[in-house]
Amino acid sequence: MFGKLTWDAIPFDQPIPLAAGALVIVVIVGVVAFITVKGRIPYLWREWITSVDHKHIGIMYVTLAAVMLLRGFIDAIMMRSQQAIAFRSQGYLPPEHYNQIFSAHGTIMIFFVAMPFVIGLINIVVPLQLGVRDVAFPTLNSVSFWLTATGALLINLSLVVGEFSRTGWLPFPPLSELTYSPGVGVDYYLWGVQISGVGTLLTGVNFVTTILKLHAPGMTYMRMPVFCWTALATNLLIVAAFPVLTATLAMLTLDRYLGFHFFTNEAGGNVMMFMNLIWMWGHPEVYILVLPAFGVFSEVVSTFSRKPLFGYRSMVWATMAICVISYTVWLHHFFTMGAGPNVNAVFGIASMIIAVPTGVKIFNWMFTMYGGRVHYASPMLWSIGFMVTFVIGGLTGVLVAVVPADFMLHNSLFQVAHFHNVIIGGVLFGAFAGYTFWFPKAFGFRLDERLGKAAFWCWFIGFYLAFMPLYVVGLMGMTRRMQHYDVPEWRPWLLVAAVGAAVILAGILCQIAQLVVSIRRREELRDLTGDPWMGRSLEWSTSSPPPAFNFAVLPHVEGRDDYWRRARLAERGVGPMAEPIYKPIEMPRNSATGFVCAFFATFAGFGMIWHIWWLVAVCLLGAFATFVVFAWRDRTEYEIPADEAARIDRENRAARRLAFAQTEPAE
Amino acid sequence: MSIAARTTAVGLGGEGAAGAPSVPHELSELEQKRIIVGYGFWIFLLSDIVMFSAFFATYTVLVNETAGGPSGRELFHLHIVALETAFLLLSSFACGVASIGARAHRDAMYYGAMAVTALFGAGFLFLEIREFVGMIAIGAGPQRSAFLSAFFTLVGCHGLHVTLGLMWLLTMMAQVFAKGYRPDILRRVLCFALFWHTLDIIWVAIFTVVYLMGVAV
Amino acid sequence: MSDTDAGLHLNDASDHAPGDELATGHEIAEGLLGYVVGLFLAALITAVAFFISGTSLVWGPSIPLALVVLAIAQMGVHLVFFIHITTGPDNTNNVLALAFGVLIVFLILVGSLWIMYNLNQNMTLMQMPTG
Repeated sequence: MFGKLTWDAIPFDQPIPLAAGALVIVVIVGVVAFITVKGRIPYLWREWITSVDHKHIGIMYVTLAAVMLLRGFIDAIMMRSQQAIAFRSQGYLPPEHYNQIFSAHGTIMIFFVAMPFVIGLINIVVPLQLGVRDVAFPTLNSVSFWLTATGALLINLSLVVGEFSRTGWLPFPPLSELTYSPGVGVDYYLWGVQISGVGTLLTGVNFVTTILKLHAPGMTYMRMPVFCWTALATNLLIVAAFPVLTATLAMLTLDRYLGFHFFTNEAGGNVMMFMNLIWMWGHPEVYILVLPAFGVFSEVVSTFSRKPLFGYRSMVWATMAICVISYTVWLHHFFTMGAGPNVNAVFGIASMIIAVPTGVKIFNWMFTMYGGRVHYASPMLWSIGFMVTFVIGGLTGVLVAVVPADFMLHNSLFQVAHFHNVIIGGVLFGAFAGYTFWFPKAFGFRLDERLGKAAFWCWFIGFYLAFMPLYVVGLMGMTRRMQHYDVPEWRPWLLVAAVGAAVILAGILCQIAQLVVSIRRREELRDLTGDPWMGRSLEWSTSSPPPAFNFAVLPHVEGRDDYWRRARLAERGVGPMAEPIYKPIEMPRNSATGFVCAFFATFAGFGMIWHIWWLVAVCLLGAFATFVVFAWRDRTEYEIPADEAARIDRENRAARRLAFAQTEPAE
Repeated sequence: MSIAARTTAVGLGGEGAAGAPSVPHELSELEQKRIIVGYGFWIFLLSDIVMFSAFFATYTVLVNETAGGPSGRELFHLHIVALETAFLLLSSFACGVASIGARAHRDAMYYGAMAVTALFGAGFLFLEIREFVGMIAIGAGPQRSAFLSAFFTLVGCHGLHVTLGLMWLLTMMAQVFAKGYRPDILRRVLCFALFWHTLDIIWVAIFTVVYLMGVAV
Repeated sequence: MSDTDAGLHLNDASDHAPGDELATGHEIAEGLLGYVVGLFLAALITAVAFFISGTSLVWGPSIPLALVVLAIAQMGVHLVFFIHITTGPDNTNNVLALAFGVLIVFLILVGSLWIMYNLNQNMTLMQMPTG
């Protein structure tokens, strides 16, 4: 009746996961109870759960990412503290537990922090920057988000019911095959990642279509903000790479569930084919993560230097070059597997070539700053911190692209330091910059700037303290994922790294404090202009937050940074004084499809993990029924009457004019 | 060129504007929607093709790993494959006729052609399931060897898509029956046709690489 | 104009969205002809492929290549006659997307084959006991 599920699945004998799980359950129950008692469930259902508005969906993505960052970071603290202690000792985490922690850390950080963060920012910003009302397929957008949330839920469920995978964040066979991982851990991983992968693929389809087919009048491709170009490249990569992940994980699932022999040691299976396929996805994946961050920096650096982005064309070319080349370097993740010098050389050279367009971008950002009037607000600090940090990380990347060097450094802490260098310095700093930059647009008030700067410095210093020692210790020969060690030379470096983790913790606490303080002080920090930073692109022409329909009348675009041009003209009193002609606006209706689909996906995934087959069947039926119900809708849109749109727009424009009149003239 | 031909871009009626970034305003909102939906589904189909190529790559890598068991030459019956191919091709043709019928709002053409599409599709599935069952019965199931795992997965994944396509087909017949040739339903018929034709394209790759090369080489 | 508005007119047989495919009279015949030609060509190519795979009239080692060429040709027939991908300016985005897909498929297939071949070569040189 319940498949493999028994009471033994709950870790009553392991205090740490038990306590952690209990704490999480208490928090969740508390939050839900609080919301219910306050009578906010209908509001939550209407405005968020069934919303198909890209802005709300984006905010939910970023919220998911932020919450999962806490979980992933706690895993990191546990690993750093274990390695600080476990010199000639077992530390406090037994190997079975430690292995689950580093696996969960990587899985969560990549799939449920970095991905949702960048996808969330893309969701909030891209339609606004394109000057349109929403993405091409709003309900599909909601489905994407809720499927991602399902994956996150399943991964976290493994903490309390069962166990997690011990294979690392990529489930290499034969360790991940049933013979060597007979428990449910790998299954949790497979279904959590597979389900959220479907959501991500649908996002890719959605945004490729949106960016290529939905623009405001006059917005040609070469007038799009660079963030939209990087979003396009990202989503093209999603469409090109995620199907490979789906296929590969499916094959491993077939091996585990039905005794197939894709990657087994027996009957002709080929373990190396798994590496080949998974990294064919895995390398584009990291570019999926970093390209939106590059886009954020393009927006932030040009805004805070008060200059148009230097070298727009070359930025576009560099972005699309990175998009294509990223699909030609994947073997550098397994140079040591033995493909031989010819193959290794080709991929090694390709891996060095891909550094060139990134270098072009760095130079363009620097030239944007040069000669500009740079304002060091916290988004700009994140950007400069990125430029320094990412260059170092990129250099170590080119270093390991030298195949003989990689033979020494593969799977050492040098490699770990390299990828954290580029992911934290690139993706996370970009995410934080974007978060600070667009927070006022999303919520209508700015974030506290002092705490923001404090957070940056803690993260920046903490990062270097935590990861530079790992380069050293990697060069000294320390392998990754060690639960304990007995080489005394490594110890001081690992202690410094643990201190670094503590400093990063301080940074995260600053960010939490920043959010709390900003919400408390939101009236002081309120942005009534819609444009708190002197922005350049179209999202700053809307109110903060924008109305549901984004633009009462779609803007007519005449060049790059068109909003900047119009805003400066408006300051001098030049510009259209007549009101636009308002027409009725059609918006897509809310839909519970996404949430209901995810509900069925969650239980189907749980059923697959624990072999509760009747549950799987019922949920698949339920998912199909949901599609049919959705397809049978007769009313898919609702209309906002012209005078309603006019009223909202007039209010916003008046508030903006008043607020601008009261602020000091811009420099 | 007649209007009909000019407006058939991505499968009947999708007209992608000439590389221009926005769907031009001379097109009505419904035409714009048809282009957008058609293009979005086209992108999804390309992602599906990428997934199939991962299965193809795995198949070609593992094709000789028979673990002492039977190989393709011993297992495949080309005359059945030829029949399957014919069924799917005729099914694709019928689907094209159904698309025209849908655009022309002609019930007899639409329902008739969709029924023929379904029959040929079901015939294809029947033959394929019979082939699978037969192979499993003689001990050449997917658990026998890596080659067979790859074969059953690649061909089976295609068959699964055909099955889901048939369910979709029946739903489209039901939707037109219930709601008529509404624009959003016609958009879905457009997507279905794209899906069905793409499955035939993938079958071309399968019968070439798996069956013909499996027997000939 | 919303979908629901258009839906209200569905009983009016002469109602089409402006500029929509008329699909009346000879347009239907033209459309059908396209599909018939496609069917004929595809069937022809398929027959040739089946024939070649079993015959000794063609030089053996060239058969796989010939089959691949025929398969690509038939995919082209499907794309043009059934999916109506053309090289017209109104199709540029569709063609570009297809080209991108083809590039990715090529990288996956050729890349995997090349890499796995080399990996397997280097494995078989080691005389390890199997199992």
